[in-house]
Amino acid sequence: METIQTDVAIIGAGGAGLRAAIALAETDPKLRIALISKVYPMRSHTCAAEGGAAGVIKPDDSFDIHFDDTVGGGDWLSDQDCVEYFVHEAPKELLQLEHWGCPWNREPDGSVAVRPFGGMKKKRTWFAADKSGFHILHTLFQTSLQFDSIKRYDEYFALDLLVDAGRCQGLTAMDMRSGQLRQFHARAVIIAGGGAGRMFPFTTNGAIKTGDGMAMAYRAGAPLKDMEFVQYHPTGLPNTGSLLTEACRGEGGILVNKHGRRYLQDYGMGPETPVGQPQLKTMELGPRDRVSQAYWHELQKGNTVTTPWGECVLLDMRHLGTKKINERLPLVRELAESYLGVDIVKDPVPIRPVVHYMMGGISTNTQAATPLPGLFAAGECACVSLNGANRLGSNSLVELLVFGRRAALSAIEHIEKTPAANTAALEACADQTQQRIRALFSRTAGTESVAGLRKEMMTTMEEHAGIYRTEAGLQAAVARIHELRERYRRVVLTDRTNVYNTDLFQTLELGSMLDCAEAVTVGALARKESRGAHQRLDFPERDDKNFLRHTMVYHQGADAPRIDYLDVVITRSQPGIRDYSGGHQ
Amino acid sequence: MKERLIRLEVFRYNPDTDTEGHYQHYEVSCLEEWVVLDALNKVKETLDPTLNFRWSCHMAVCGSCGMMINGEPRLACHTFLRNYPGTIRVEPLVHFPVERDLVTAPDDFMEKLKRVKPWIIRKDKQPIEQGEYRQTPKELLRFRQYAMCINCTLCYAACPEYGLTRHFIGPAALALAHRYNQDSRDQGRDERQEVVATKEGVWECTFVGACSEVCPVHVDPASALQQMKIASSFDWIKEHLLPGGGK
Repeated sequence: METIQTDVAIIGAGGAGLRAAIALAETDPKLRIALISKVYPMRSHTCAAEGGAAGVIKPDDSFDIHFDDTVGGGDWLSDQDCVEYFVHEAPKELLQLEHWGCPWNREPDGSVAVRPFGGMKKKRTWFAADKSGFHILHTLFQTSLQFDSIKRYDEYFALDLLVDAGRCQGLTAMDMRSGQLRQFHARAVIIAGGGAGRMFPFTTNGAIKTGDGMAMAYRAGAPLKDMEFVQYHPTGLPNTGSLLTEACRGEGGILVNKHGRRYLQDYGMGPETPVGQPQLKTMELGPRDRVSQAYWHELQKGNTVTTPWGECVLLDMRHLGTKKINERLPLVRELAESYLGVDIVKDPVPIRPVVHYMMGGISTNTQAATPLPGLFAAGECACVSLNGANRLGSNSLVELLVFGRRAALSAIEHIEKTPAANTAALEACADQTQQRIRALFSRTAGTESVAGLRKEMMTTMEEHAGIYRTEAGLQAAVARIHELRERYRRVVLTDRTNVYNTDLFQTLELGSMLDCAEAVTVGALARKESRGAHQRLDFPERDDKNFLRHTMVYHQGADAPRIDYLDVVITRSQPGIRDYSGGHQ
Repeated sequence: MKERLIRLEVFRYNPDTDTEGHYQHYEVSCLEEWVVLDALNKVKETLDPTLNFRWSCHMAVCGSCGMMINGEPRLACHTFLRNYPGTIRVEPLVHFPVERDLVTAPDDFMEKLKRVKPWIIRKDKQPIEQGEYRQTPKELLRFRQYAMCINCTLCYAACPEYGLTRHFIGPAALALAHRYNQDSRDQGRDERQEVVATKEGVWECTFVGACSEVCPVHVDPASALQQMKIASSFDWIKEHLLPGGGK
């Protein structure tokens, strides 16, 4: 197996990975940087983010308000030292992107424009029409091209971390074009591999969001934190699951049930505000968890609209007018028109909540370091505990910038005090990957298909780990995922070709997703309270006495995982009531 | 919802075993509202796990699923079955080497992207602490369209010049150079001209306009190339015909 020597290896070349790579290259031009991704950088799922990125920039706003919005929005499960750091870094990062050419929308005077977003008390979401993530990703990618020290390994599928002497010192990966395995010996590794929404059948997430980075860290002994918190975005197209950005509501779109009632007022987010005059932090600008949960209640009451694609509510943007829609929401208009046949200028569009984002992930601290020395993580794959139990829209695009950069700086600090590697030990470690892949290729006796197992996993997750959960359902889910993990060991490849073998990649991805699904379900079963995006019908209240703490799930091989807990860092905001009544409560 | 039996004729090539490509036929029942990518995924899930193609976002923004569909370069996630009554022929994008089945190698494109220096170049960098570079909405509109490129490379597959002469920098990369040239924050046009205003650059383009026709996000690379040609001609006039080189 060929060995590639590098200083820092980054797994994932989306927003967080690219930001980390640029920070490394700028800070120390002599560093060798390996940027490894299973897709070309511009295919990364950062490109699908639409609405924008939050950072305090306008005179009427403050770091404290951004802090309070984020902590309350996260139902007090955020680590407040992390939030503090984040809100201060956010505008710097967004300005940095501006200097790198990001085409942010502007005010007439040439300053950056901001738009309202859910759960935010001030307008602070920087945006580039409704393609903000796309522009951030391409700006970062294009900017990264000027640094020769960033050596890209496009379409390399990362497989396992190399751990020796208690430190992460590299990884193994497959060159997808040749099928050849490579080992990267690195003095530090940064995982920026994205989320795992593909565990669910109905998701805004692209096909590549299979939790490979999370699972890789988990298997290597790093804990996954707060995985039970899965965000449903309230407004997805009912057939494809494509995201219709929160900016639809930020710009003034309203949600109505089959009776034409703006039902959010019935779920603690009222009283009703005038149509076309969105008010911050209430009604349609409530937080995503609450708005998605309101849909579920409307469904129980029979207030939803029956469509060929299932039960929906309606997102009405007609009153915004053609000009505003074309200027601010062109992608939304195009998506609804082409995939659903609805012109949002003329008709309300049926929507339903859709799996969107993992609040949980690889446990990291505010320095983006995992408990495994030498391993850092940033972006959706990490749980730095910024988002707590519910992420506010437009915080994640900034998160990947702030903590992508932070991971790079931490990696540099780590490198400075790292002793030399034991090459033989790393090679022995890499051999294990080789054996694993060989075993998979040579297995002929199995009976399980990837497509079959994947479907069972998705059905299980949708049925039992969705917006509302129960003890019985979660017990069934835990048992089922455990069974699927066992059956996964009998998966047989149909395709044994070396070159670009997607049968193989999908098999590996399924393994990653099953590991993540295990952490989601055991965490959800153990958390006997309702908080943010984790809602238990049998434990409807938040329980700060027992659960104001993070779930830490540790991989135990084929056995059931071990669960531990970690206290939430509270600095200045004690748990309180989440008030989305627009000041009327 | 209406279902229909879709007949696909798909290019297959496995470099491990094949000396040349061949076509394989599949029949799958699909919803009329589906896209070609949905049909391919159904084939992979239910009929043939060995079929290979790239895809991710399913919303025409990641640029992964470019392929020839009935002879035209298209995104499979944005090509609707309702517009294809008969057999649908699916092939890898032309003008790129085939890795396997519908998967092509975009190395040449990736190299060309870098050559046009698609990043902000400034002589005087303003510190972050001084805030944003001011840019009016009007200045933004001068380049925003050209910043929309998703790098799907359909325009390279459509471009007859690129088909003939692979050294041509090509539509997407040149449009990206134009995007930065037009950006009020950028001062790097002179550096880019070394690549743009050459025989490999805009002067190779014969303005067929096929790039703009196939662009799924309406970047209109052809207009970018035309504007660059005009600007480059003006440079020449300034340099050669005006007193003092126009300075």
